[in-house]
Amino acid sequence: MRLYAFRRLAMALPTLLVISVVIFALLELAPGDPMAQLPSGISPEVRADMRISLGLDRPAPLRYLLWLNQILVIEPSVALDTLLGTTLSQNSPRILSWQTRGPVMALIAQRLPQTLVVVGLAYLVGTVAAVVLGVWSAARRGSALDRAGTGVAALGYGLPPYFTAAVLIYIFAIWLGWVPTVYDTTHKVTGWDSMVTQIRQMILPVAVLSLQTTAQITRYTRAAMQDALGQDYIRTARAKGLPERRVLLDHALRNSWVATLTVIALGAPQVFAGAIITEQIFGVNGIGQLLVRSLHAGDLPVVQTVTMLVATLIVLANLAADLIIARIDPRPVHA
Amino acid sequence: MRDMRWPGMGICLLVAVVALVVLGPLVWPASPSAMNLDARDAGASLAHPLGTDQLGRDLAAQLMAGGRLSLTVALAAAAIGAGLGLCIGVAAGMSRRLDGPLMRLTDIFLCMPLLPLLLIAVTLFRAPLSAALGPEAGIFALITLSIGATSWMGTARVLRAEVRSVMQRDFISAAQLSGLRVPGVILHYILPNIAATLWVSVALAGASAILMEGALSFLGLGFPPDLPSWGRLIHAGTPYLETYPGRALWPGAMIAMTAIGITCLGDTLGRPPPRRK
Repeated sequence: MRLYAFRRLAMALPTLLVISVVIFALLELAPGDPMAQLPSGISPEVRADMRISLGLDRPAPLRYLLWLNQILVIEPSVALDTLLGTTLSQNSPRILSWQTRGPVMALIAQRLPQTLVVVGLAYLVGTVAAVVLGVWSAARRGSALDRAGTGVAALGYGLPPYFTAAVLIYIFAIWLGWVPTVYDTTHKVTGWDSMVTQIRQMILPVAVLSLQTTAQITRYTRAAMQDALGQDYIRTARAKGLPERRVLLDHALRNSWVATLTVIALGAPQVFAGAIITEQIFGVNGIGQLLVRSLHAGDLPVVQTVTMLVATLIVLANLAADLIIARIDPRPVHA
Repeated sequence: MRDMRWPGMGICLLVAVVALVVLGPLVWPASPSAMNLDARDAGASLAHPLGTDQLGRDLAAQLMAGGRLSLTVALAAAAIGAGLGLCIGVAAGMSRRLDGPLMRLTDIFLCMPLLPLLLIAVTLFRAPLSAALGPEAGIFALITLSIGATSWMGTARVLRAEVRSVMQRDFISAAQLSGLRVPGVILHYILPNIAATLWVSVALAGASAILMEGALSFLGLGFPPDLPSWGRLIHAGTPYLETYPGRALWPGAMIAMTAIGITCLGDTLGRPPPRRK
């Protein structure tokens, strides 16, 4: 098990390196000059000086290594410094946003909580709903509930978030007026009333994101449950007179966890991609909105860092999925 | 019983969408770009069945033109993605030496944050490609190529497994012994045996391509306002959701219908035929 974990970790690191090369190369190969936006009155000598001060005169491989150093060494040590009060970073150059001239990590730290609250809650709601729906529809196969569940799963798969959000906003915010149309991120929770306001404004973004999650995971949960329910040990469990509830939850669900947990772990980072769209619609000032705004403004350091952050989350989720599976079902490790 | 209903539903949805988009202009020949400032922000009427936008352009005509664009992008991107996936899957399935590196490449691509990378690519390469190919062809090529280049992984994985199991069969050894070269083996023995799986992959790639194009254009980073796809129409219509809900909801419904139709169709194509009782 430990050997397997090390081997998986050893595979994850090169993957991350390759992805970082791709991100860097994409920004590098793209034509366009960071100095292009400057007024034309600036003399060529000053321009050359500015290029040197931005580090643009150095060859691309060297700049890639410097960027890696910033992401892997400098930024984590700054984070450690602020957390533990050490002086590891020694004023090394941090990754700066071209728009705000401030550190990119500070921007991300500002925006991450909003994304995590909305995305995290949506994922929790979505997975719980998916597992319940999957178990239920596999148990009552062919019933109205099963048909409704698979129908919702098929629909949610094809319904893009930019459409579900528009429909939900129209019905619940504009037509019925139950919830606000946009998410007010300046809203502070101080007491019971403001808590209710917060919950009301979170309902729609969370519903849009969790519909997506539920649709994807229900398919797998239902299939895994049906597979498990067809096995011999289920007949044995029923034959020895166990109540149906225990057959379902203790015997069938337990054996379908491998497939279900894999999908849940693998899907987690993809929700960030969905969050880019959802945040745009509801005006949540999270990571996704930061990415889209920075792209429109051409703020490449922010774009680079946010994309790398999402990539890291995806690789970590893959790793977590493999380790969880190895923990609950040791067979694939030895095979 | 339920299994029998789904392919019908998928086909009906797709036929409805394609008929509206392709045959619609014959019935409703209004120009999607003709502005009429006297009739701006009009509601649904006989002159404009779905109303007009803030520049007085006919929404029904825009919906049809946008649909032709969105469906073409989806078709082309699915063809590119499935073609790449086919090449990589067949190569990895047939050659033991290529299998390791190609599958590692697939794993790495599956770990990439695709939407952010596509957004970066589309933003950064927009100007040079527009300059090289002209504004419309440039953005079309950029979006199609970048979606196609990032949607081959599923196809490659599934086809590799299929090719591997076909390679175990005796008729492959017989074909090789008879002196048939590798291209001949692929063309006459492997492709016919993986065709069903390939079509399902093409269908699913098409569904995800249309959703992806919608996402890019919705974020304002896909097609420009003068060449509106369905996604761009949603982008333009969302701010008016309160006053003119149809502007965002109609193109959204079209994307959803297409994607659901393709998914239903792919689902039934991929499932083994139901056993007779």
